[in-house]
Amino acid sequence: MTADIRTTAPVHRPATPAAPAAKSPRRRGRWGVHIFLMAVSLAFLAPLLLAVYASLRPYQETAQHGYLSWPKHLSLDYYRRAYTESGMGKYFTNTLMIAVPAVLVTLFLASFVAFAVSRLRLRGGIVLLMFFTAGNLLPQQVIVTPLYVLFNKITLPWWMSDSLTMYDSYWAVIIVNIGFQMGFCVFVLANFMRTLPQEILEAAIVDGAGVWTQFWRITLPLCRPALAALATLEFTWIYNDFLWALIFISNPDKLPITSSLNNLRGQFFTDYNLLAAGSVLVALPTILVFLLLQRHFIAGLTLGSTKG
Amino acid sequence: MALTFPRRAGRRRRLRRFTRRDAVVLGVLLGIPILLDIAIVWGPTLASIGLSFTAWDGIGSIHWIGLDNYKNLADNYPPFWPAVRHNIMWLLFLGLIATPFGLFLAVLIDRGVRFSRFYQSVLYMPVVLSLAIVGFIAQLILGTDQGVINTILNNHDDPIDWLGNSHLNLWMIMIAAGWRHVGYVMILYLAGLKAVDPQLKEAAAIDGANERQTFFRVVFPTMRPVNVIVGVITVIEALRAFDIVYAVNKGRNGLELLSVLITENIIGEASRIGFGSAIAVVLLVVSLGFIVTFLVQELRGARER
Repeated sequence: MTADIRTTAPVHRPATPAAPAAKSPRRRGRWGVHIFLMAVSLAFLAPLLLAVYASLRPYQETAQHGYLSWPKHLSLDYYRRAYTESGMGKYFTNTLMIAVPAVLVTLFLASFVAFAVSRLRLRGGIVLLMFFTAGNLLPQQVIVTPLYVLFNKITLPWWMSDSLTMYDSYWAVIIVNIGFQMGFCVFVLANFMRTLPQEILEAAIVDGAGVWTQFWRITLPLCRPALAALATLEFTWIYNDFLWALIFISNPDKLPITSSLNNLRGQFFTDYNLLAAGSVLVALPTILVFLLLQRHFIAGLTLGSTKG
Repeated sequence: MALTFPRRAGRRRRLRRFTRRDAVVLGVLLGIPILLDIAIVWGPTLASIGLSFTAWDGIGSIHWIGLDNYKNLADNYPPFWPAVRHNIMWLLFLGLIATPFGLFLAVLIDRGVRFSRFYQSVLYMPVVLSLAIVGFIAQLILGTDQGVINTILNNHDDPIDWLGNSHLNLWMIMIAAGWRHVGYVMILYLAGLKAVDPQLKEAAAIDGANERQTFFRVVFPTMRPVNVIVGVITVIEALRAFDIVYAVNKGRNGLELLSVLITENIIGEASRIGFGSAIAVVLLVVSLGFIVTFLVQELRGARER
C-alpha cells in the first residue's frame, strides 16, 4: 500500500522507505480500529452491492418482499434488457467519441503549457499557471450561459455537424471539456515537471535542442507516469460528466451515456430493478478502470497536492 | 506574456535567446491553449457578468436593465434564498463532517493497519461513480415503498418519504454526496501523510508529545499544501453540486441549489438568460473568494520553490 502512492514521484522522495517498520510494535491490540474500518467499508460498499443485488432479481419479487429479502430467482435478464431496450451501445459510443479526443488534446496542450511554465522559466509563467488553474475551479454554471448562446451562433458545415451549428454537436462538448479540464492538467503536470532534474534539459540545450525537442523528446517521455495518471482520471471525469452534454446537446440520440441516464429513467420508471441494472452497466466501465488502474488513478489525484 | 528571460539570463549559455523556430513553437503551442481558455472559460465568465445586467430571452434583442435582475433575485424569486441556504448547508456538511471524516480515515489507515490496501480501495470506490449514478442508487435505497431503508424499518403503514419530504431529502442527498467526498479527501490526505517526514514525528515523540499533540501541532500543519487543496475541493464541490439533485428530482421540492436555478433559467421553458446569469454571478463571486485565497497560497508556495 505504501508503494501505491510513492510510485507517483520516485524522483522526488527517495529516502523514506524506513517509515513503516517503526510502526509494527503498535499493531497488536488494534481490533477496535479493524472493526471500525470494516464497518465503514461495509457501509461504503453496501449501496453498490445492493444495486447489483436488486438488478439480479425480478421486480415482482422485490415489490412483494422488499430489496432485503432472500432471493428466489436470480438472473442477468435485466442487464440484457437494460442494454438492448435503451440502445445503450449507442450512448457508449457517443461517450467514446467525446472522451477520447478530449483527453488526448487536453493532455497534449496542457503538457506543453506545463512545460513552458515549469521548465523554460518564462517571465509571467506563474501568472499563466494561475490563469489556467483558476479557470478549472470556477463552477460550471458560471460559464454555461454564454457558451450556450455562442455555440448556437457558430455554424458548422454539415459534414462536421448535422445540426449545422456547434450547438447539438460533439464538437461543443469536446471543446468545452478540453478548455475546462486543461487547468487541472496544467496544474498537476507543472508540479510534476518541477520534480524532474533540470540537468537533463541543460544537457539537451548544450547539444542544440530546440524548444520542441526539449519538450517532445526530452521532457514528455519522463512524464509518462503523470500522463498515465491524468489520462485515467480525466477519462473518468469526462465519462462521468453530466452537465455539458445535458445543455449543449438536444438530440437524445447524441447524448453520452451519463447524460442519457436521465432518459433511461423515463423508459425504466416502472421498474426500479431495471434502472438498477442500467446504473450498474453505466458505472461498470469506471469501476473497471478504477480496479485495473487504481495506482494511476490515485496518483493523478495526489500528484497535484503534494508538490510532486 | 512576453517571451523574454529572467534577469539572470546572461549568466548561463542555456538561456540564450530562443531561435525563430522556438518562438513559433512557443507562440503556437502556448497561443492555442491560452485562446481556448479565454474562449471557453474566462470570456464566458465576463460575458456572464455582462449578461446579468440585461433582460434577454436568447432570441430577441438584449435590453440593459441595470441591477433589476439582482433586485428581482433577492425579492421576487422564491427559490433563491432556499437555494442559497441549501448550498451553505451543503458546504457545512462537507466541510464539518465529510472532510474531517475523510481525514480521520486517512490517519487510521496511515498508522499501518493490516489490509489497509483493501480499506483504501473500498473507501475510494464511490469516487469513480458519477453523481448521477449516486443519485439513482440513492433512489433505490431510499425509495418510499420498497426502498431498502424502509424495508429494514418495516414501516409499511406509514412509510417515510426520504427523498420526497422536503425536510429530509436534502440531508439524504448530502449523505449520498458525502459518500463520494469522504473517499476523495481520504486519498489526498493519505498521500499528504506519506509525505510527512517521519523524523518530525520522532522528534515530537522525544519531546514528550502524545499522539494527538503530535498530529495536531506537528503533522497537520506540515500538510499545509494538502489542507489548502482539500479546502478548495470541498468548497468547489459544494458550490458545483448539481448532478445528484438533478438526477433525483431535477432539484425541486427542497433540493433547490444555485446551480439548478441557473440551469433551469437557461434551458427551461422561460429561457431567461439575463436572470440566470445574475444567479451565476452570485455563484462566481462566492467561488472567486475561495479561488483567490487558493492562488495566494500557491503563489507563496511557488516562491519558496
